[in-house]
Amino acid sequence: MSELLVVGISDYKLARTPNVFVTYALGSCVGICLYDNQLKIGGLSHIMLPESNMFSKNDVNRMKFADTAIVDMVRDLVKMGADRRRLTAKIAGGAQMFEVQQGSMVGTIGDRNIASVKSTLQSLKIPIIAEDTGLNYGRTVYFDLDTGIMKVQSLSRSIREF
Amino acid sequence: MLNNYDELNDLQLDVLREIGNIGAGNAATALATILDEKVEISLPRVRITDFDTAVNALGGAENMTVGVLVNFDGEAHGMIMFLLNMEDAKAIMSILIQDDEEGQDGQLSDLKLSAIKEIGNILGSSYINSISQLTGLTIHISIPYIAIDMAGALMSVPIIEFGSVGDKVMFIEECFSAEENNLSSNIILFTEIETLKIIMERLGLEI
Repeated sequence: MSELLVVGISDYKLARTPNVFVTYALGSCVGICLYDNQLKIGGLSHIMLPESNMFSKNDVNRMKFADTAIVDMVRDLVKMGADRRRLTAKIAGGAQMFEVQQGSMVGTIGDRNIASVKSTLQSLKIPIIAEDTGLNYGRTVYFDLDTGIMKVQSLSRSIREF
Repeated sequence: MLNNYDELNDLQLDVLREIGNIGAGNAATALATILDEKVEISLPRVRITDFDTAVNALGGAENMTVGVLVNFDGEAHGMIMFLLNMEDAKAIMSILIQDDEEGQDGQLSDLKLSAIKEIGNILGSSYINSISQLTGLTIHISIPYIAIDMAGALMSVPIIEFGSVGDKVMFIEECFSAEENNLSSNIILFTEIETLKIIMERLGLEI
């Protein structure tokens, strides 16, 4: 039986086939799907902010930040048996929900989240094989561990599969 | 010392409720003038929640919602969001504008969008003015920004801005209802924790 596993904001979860992950209403946040396609093990992370070192070390939820969440998720996937060299990534989100606001962090946070996700994945040598990022609309992401397909749903566009 | 939203004590929460009451009361008066009908406001709710609860605060995270965002800064920093569902947005517009022209795919036309943006602007300004008068703080507000999208994606904007430290956000939430036309909408205020401290100090509370 396949189960639908809901990943909240600043959270990540790991599972094996035949389960499906979902994370709802990504705005400027980014969803990161990691997958080992042989063992069909994967994880979905929903990060809020780019870098954990913006804040003091002692009060950090590591799952909130791109740099720490991805590193931890990879470590946990390897613990579950995934082969690190086989991991691939699909990412979605990082939109700018309102028009640019000068002097506000909000205007550019989506772009900064995407940049941090990409550089963290690059430093871990995990290739990004699909992405649906940026622009100005919210996205709900489904990630099917049987097929490795990331499905992106939004209000203004038709469903897209990656 | 107040460092996280969940450290607010009962007295401080009461003060925030009162701020919400006065601010949203002022905004409701403005809305009543715009709609030319009586507008009721709910009791203010001060909510200190984790991020997921905040994302879902307005019902389903994926519900299509019209949001107008106004930033404020100066001696106080925060955001006000005016939120309503698509049907209510259309209903308000048909009261205000005798323009039956719809945008593409039954969406709101540009004229109607800018009218809603302006309503959000007026309500946000009324709210902030009352805080400013109450506290004597100088507060500037931004131009209004509008987006129509999933409620959760809109709510994530202030959550990201004010949830960078800790795992909780605080917001003051009120619902407006205009019974004659069966309309409802929400106004939500987020502020930085530093701003809360300043407001408390101005009102003579120990922090």
